Amino acid sequence: MSDFEGIDRRRFFQLTGGGIAVFISLGPWELFGQQRAPSYPEDINAYLLIGADGRVKIFSGKIEMGQGVMTSQAQMAAEELGVAVESIDMVLGDTERCPWDMGTFGSMTTRFFGPALRAAAAEARQVLEKLAAEKLGVDPGRLVVEKGVVSVAGDAARKVTYGELAQGKRIARLVDRKAVMRAASQFEVMGKSPRRIDGLEKVTGRARYAADVRPPGMLYARVVRPPAHGAKLAALDVSAAEKTSGVTVVNQDGLVAVLHPDPEGAEKALNLVKSRWDLPSSALDPETIFDHIVKTEGTSEVRQTKGDVAAGRAAAARVFETTYRKGYVAHAPIEPHAAVAEFKDGKMTVWASTQTPFPTRDRIAGALKLEPARVRVVTPFLGGGFGGKSADLQAIEAARLAQITGKPVQVAWTRQEEFFYDRFDPAAVVEIVSGLDDKGKVVLWDAVVHAAGARGASLFYDIPNVRVKTHGQPSYGADSAGAMHLFSVGPWRAPGANMNAFAMESQMDLMAAAAGVDPLEFRLRHLTDPRMRRVLQAAADAFGWKSAPGPSGMGRAVACSVDAGSYDALIAQVRIDAKGGSVTVERIVCAQDMGIIVNPDGAKMQMEGSITMGLGYALAEELRFRGGDILDRNFGTYSIPRFSWVPSIETVLVQNNDLAPQGGGEPAIVATGAALANAVFDATGARIARLPMTPERLREGIAAAKSRRSAAG
Amino acid sequence: MKTRVRFRVNGKPADLQTDDDRHLLWVLRTDLNLTGTKYGCGSGYCGACTVMVGKEAVRSCRTTLKEIQGKEVVTIEGLAKNGDLHPLQRAFMDHGGFQCGYCTSGMIMSACALLLAEPHPTPEAIARGLEPNLCRCGAHRRIVAAVQAAAGGKGAAS
Repeated sequence: MSDFEGIDRRRFFQLTGGGIAVFISLGPWELFGQQRAPSYPEDINAYLLIGADGRVKIFSGKIEMGQGVMTSQAQMAAEELGVAVESIDMVLGDTERCPWDMGTFGSMTTRFFGPALRAAAAEARQVLEKLAAEKLGVDPGRLVVEKGVVSVAGDAARKVTYGELAQGKRIARLVDRKAVMRAASQFEVMGKSPRRIDGLEKVTGRARYAADVRPPGMLYARVVRPPAHGAKLAALDVSAAEKTSGVTVVNQDGLVAVLHPDPEGAEKALNLVKSRWDLPSSALDPETIFDHIVKTEGTSEVRQTKGDVAAGRAAAARVFETTYRKGYVAHAPIEPHAAVAEFKDGKMTVWASTQTPFPTRDRIAGALKLEPARVRVVTPFLGGGFGGKSADLQAIEAARLAQITGKPVQVAWTRQEEFFYDRFDPAAVVEIVSGLDDKGKVVLWDAVVHAAGARGASLFYDIPNVRVKTHGQPSYGADSAGAMHLFSVGPWRAPGANMNAFAMESQMDLMAAAAGVDPLEFRLRHLTDPRMRRVLQAAADAFGWKSAPGPSGMGRAVACSVDAGSYDALIAQVRIDAKGGSVTVERIVCAQDMGIIVNPDGAKMQMEGSITMGLGYALAEELRFRGGDILDRNFGTYSIPRFSWVPSIETVLVQNNDLAPQGGGEPAIVATGAALANAVFDATGARIARLPMTPERLREGIAAAKSRRSAAG
Repeated sequence: MKTRVRFRVNGKPADLQTDDDRHLLWVLRTDLNLTGTKYGCGSGYCGACTVMVGKEAVRSCRTTLKEIQGKEVVTIEGLAKNGDLHPLQRAFMDHGGFQCGYCTSGMIMSACALLLAEPHPTPEAIARGLEPNLCRCGAHRRIVAAVQAAAGGKGAAS
């Protein structure tokens, strides 16, 4: 611990009004021996400030998009600091007030930011205990801390509050060594489920989202959009819009927009703009895209290799070749992208619905040719993100328009724009060749992943001969369409892992059936990892699993995944209407090992949310397009899960307090598609190798399974 | 064409000189600065913009001022009375009936109309009644539990 020289302390305390501030500058990978996340904060990770009123402010570059990290971060700090959750105020995602952060994605808030925040809080507690010891004239070892009050053990009348200790102080400390954190057995605040601290604002309508920000004199902007991706503007006539009173027209460097003091005025003006576009010719559609993806040259990389696949093939008594496919899937958060930008005194402030406030600030600065220090991004609540709010076109548009017009500007996308500019979960193909020996052991696994990337592609089963290759790993950059896709793709809740788990766990299931072994038993025979065995057993116990080789007709099945450091086993129970081809999901049991659990109820909400969202990509969601034209532009044709789809969901948290907290926002969605596909197989004997399992595909699959059975006699 | 439009919002009179073919959603959010009502799809598919007109839940993005002339509108901001939260609001907090919160206003207003029409619905009836409202975070089961608790008066527990 040392005095912190890295910032202008005087200015800092002018801004904060004094108190005790603790900064931490230490990679959490050092704190916990975690695998280092690429480009995680190099500078200050976290800080907190204890004010003279006894309130604690936590400054975090993370953002709240529903995943509950406002509450879980407060819990972690409260635990280490010895204060009540209620005395903590969270300041999130403000680039001027919070430490740098690369963004909120990858289920990394608790895993990587958590340790830094806890270390800062633990250090703050030491500073406060030292001050209290001086003030009370006792040895620090004799002090006890409860809810921000330090007292002498056995003499409770001798006490001082954190607020009193912080009074008139201007102490800034920098933590640059490993802090001693409380063990799970000591937890008083972590491991419990206090009510979410964003609840009151959200049930009263007071919670502010980007489109709710209203600087005086703000103009609503609508941007002229191409009819299809790849279209080039051939002719433009804005004269009618320009003649309309109250309308400002901007046409600069490819950005054509109309602005008006009210949103309907802006929409009317947009309808007056005449534009003609040259459309690219592309015959690609949701059926032909898969061949295109496989044919498209991409970087090829071996992700996992073990033994020798040629030897595996030689040892195999039976070889199974399957090609799995999945279409594009939209993020479809209920809040479309929005941003409000205000340019004042040479400084640009942008309130944006973004998962990446700091990278967004840098992108805005680049687009506007401003120093990053002259751009401030403030992130209000996000109405859902799921990976989709990290490109920030809307924030750049708002900032450019504010700079051009000199007025505050709101760019709030319509649902149509939201669908059009979504950076979709990519369509993908996974080809697997696997083999069983004559004893029913898997001896070969040779997989090629196209477009889904490496996440979740590595096997956690013990198989002697393995090769996993990826082609065209999606680059989730600003322009990630490349040659493979006609429009941008991007990270979608557990990027790529949903597809990889669907392929892997379908293939395991298929081999279990071929071997005539119960699918749960088959998996256990190929598993030594104790964490996976434990979650599988926990899920089976909670479900009341009855052993039988598939297809058993019972319509129940299992699928497993490892994601973001967490282990999951899902068991799904479905009912099939074979004639109509519909799948009714009746019940899902999910057991998860996520290390130390910060907030059990919050963790369960994320599991339930993940599973529910997973019903969509498994059963219905598949973007329709013709070339670069996006055909689904609203919820009238693009269906996402509704109340009637949601089954009974039972979540089991498998205790593992020996492991630091792992990811929680994504892991439970990963195996959802696979579990449902396997359950459909168990019910009908039809192996559906393409998601989503639409009624048409299911009817075809059932018919094919029937004709196979009758051919087999 | 500008005309005089009068209605009540959350118990207070609103008196506007404006086009009566404008949609209630934008009038609430801009003219009246009631931003708790959300835009989600603009076509009535998602329910984020739901408010009550009289005892009915309506999609404010599809409702013109003409249709609410002289009527009583209640938005999420008008549910709490004298600082006391509505039982539905308390129940949504107690049962975690929200995640990102963006669909929440519309969910609560839809549930409010549902309970007025059917004070003690079964979980199935609640799910059926809320079927047209979309939630992307997957809080569905907890929303149903919250509405059920509010109907049974259990939502007040904290």
